[in-house]
Amino acid sequence: MPRIGTVRSRQPADVRVAGLGKQYPTRSGGAVVAMADVDLDVPAGEFVCVVGASGCGKSTLLRILAGFEDATSGTVEVAGAPVAGPDPERGVVFQDYGLFPWLSVRENIAYGPRQARLQRAAVAERTDRFLTAVGLTRFADKYPSELSGGMQQRVAIARVLANDPSLLLMDEPFGALDALTRSSLQGELSRIHRETGTTVLFVTHSIEEAVFLADRVVVMAGGASHGVPGHVKEIVRIDLGDERDVTSADFNALKRRIAALVHEEVAAPAA
Amino acid sequence: MTSTEATTAAPVTPAPPAAPARAARTAAPAPATARSPRRGPRVGPLLLALPVPALVLVLWTVGVQQAWELPFGIKMGFLPTPLEVGRRLVDLAAGGIVDDAFSGTLLAHLWASTQRVLAGFALAVALAVPLGVVMGRFSLAFRMLEPTVNLARPIPVTAWAPLTLLIIGYGDGSAIFLVFLAAFFPVLLNTIAGVRQVPVRLLEAAAMLGTRKAQVLYKVVLPASMRSIASGLRVALGLSWVILVVGETVGINTGLGAMITQARDQSKTDLIVAGMVVIGLCGFVADRLLTGLLALVTRGRPTLT
Repeated sequence: MPRIGTVRSRQPADVRVAGLGKQYPTRSGGAVVAMADVDLDVPAGEFVCVVGASGCGKSTLLRILAGFEDATSGTVEVAGAPVAGPDPERGVVFQDYGLFPWLSVRENIAYGPRQARLQRAAVAERTDRFLTAVGLTRFADKYPSELSGGMQQRVAIARVLANDPSLLLMDEPFGALDALTRSSLQGELSRIHRETGTTVLFVTHSIEEAVFLADRVVVMAGGASHGVPGHVKEIVRIDLGDERDVTSADFNALKRRIAALVHEEVAAPAA
Repeated sequence: MTSTEATTAAPVTPAPPAAPARAARTAAPAPATARSPRRGPRVGPLLLALPVPALVLVLWTVGVQQAWELPFGIKMGFLPTPLEVGRRLVDLAAGGIVDDAFSGTLLAHLWASTQRVLAGFALAVALAVPLGVVMGRFSLAFRMLEPTVNLARPIPVTAWAPLTLLIIGYGDGSAIFLVFLAAFFPVLLNTIAGVRQVPVRLLEAAAMLGTRKAQVLYKVVLPASMRSIASGLRVALGLSWVILVVGETVGINTGLGAMITQARDQSKTDLIVAGMVVIGLCGFVADRLLTGLLALVTRGRPTLT
């Protein structure tokens, strides 16, 4: 596999989330507290996975970091600057890809660099580099609808990487893919992370995926339907090195531990 | 909801060209389905489409010769035969057969009508598309304007005609205004519907990729609602030709509608039918040209047309 290239104009960002809370107004005029007192520090270049049962606020956390939603309380800083709205420095990969269907694969990837008003040659160079990085050079002139889900998600990843983001936010990106595609994309993503060094915050339902990818796994719990606001329950460090064997004893021990953390919350809500 | 209402208005376009149009449209996706790989993709639809019009022509000829009386009190004896209509059409276009005031005037009528349709339609598009984008995108504008729009919309354009003649007067202005009115609402409603259906996900994607605020409309909202806008344009163009005949009825000398009105005053049924055929063809050709133009502008990109 060709390397993406190590020349970076942007340094990976660190993330500081402190006392983060999110409330939604209800129809009766009250408020639902979806999330409260979430603290999270992610050093630059780290790969963090966020797991937890539905409604625990993990996607909300990601959307606030992306700038799609505002926090009700607390502070959110990326690379030392408070988050105010979406920004190409913070690339987002969605579960449903969010590609522009009327643009070809190449045009989708070139979209960000073009918006950044890079020179024509620089746009072409970046587009080609990330087409190669995700192995889609042969499909450059196809449209998203002509590609499989896994390939569309590759395009979405390349499109975000072409913006040279300092933080990569991924919201269950492989959740809609079949198991084989999923594991090959997981492999590619961890290679991309090693080569770009970008900080990654990755939300997933799959504990195995989290243990496979992450340097640290953030376990969230609670949520409005549990009677407790969503919060960070525990953060588990994954010291398994670069080459991870999903069948190894260490790997499964970590998986069991995290699964227990996630499930005990589901079994006994509002403890 | 609104867009389907607008779409159901489509069959108002004159009937004769509808049969080949529909046949051609269903022909395109046919080879893609697994079921009919062996049927010839070109010949099949044409062969299927021909027998019905042929039968209609035969029945029409026989009916006129036998002076059939049909339900609704239709006395076919008063109709010209297809052959007479054909003769009149040729004379209208080239002259030298009937030799009356109408001989060889087709091009003049056609050109006058086309100009009015284009002016009214273009004006409607120029106003309705931007207004629709604003109403679809900004809820304040929508809530302010939507009741008014839906209050004005059900008034038939034909009901505007008498008033138009009084406040604008006989002539081009009235006809163009009526075409404008007819085309305005389908374009507006389809644009609003299209813009409101733009997936939030695409707007989020655009934002996080660094799209400047001023460009979001052009880069994302417009392409994402293009399909709906295009179908609005097609419905509107069809209606424009329909309403043209009404608009040209009074106080206008040149134009297909005017020609039909004069033919009625002189009881020239063959000329009336010839005019109907020409207007039908105009609607058909205009739709094809519009579709072609849209395909050209969007360069065949998926989800745009």
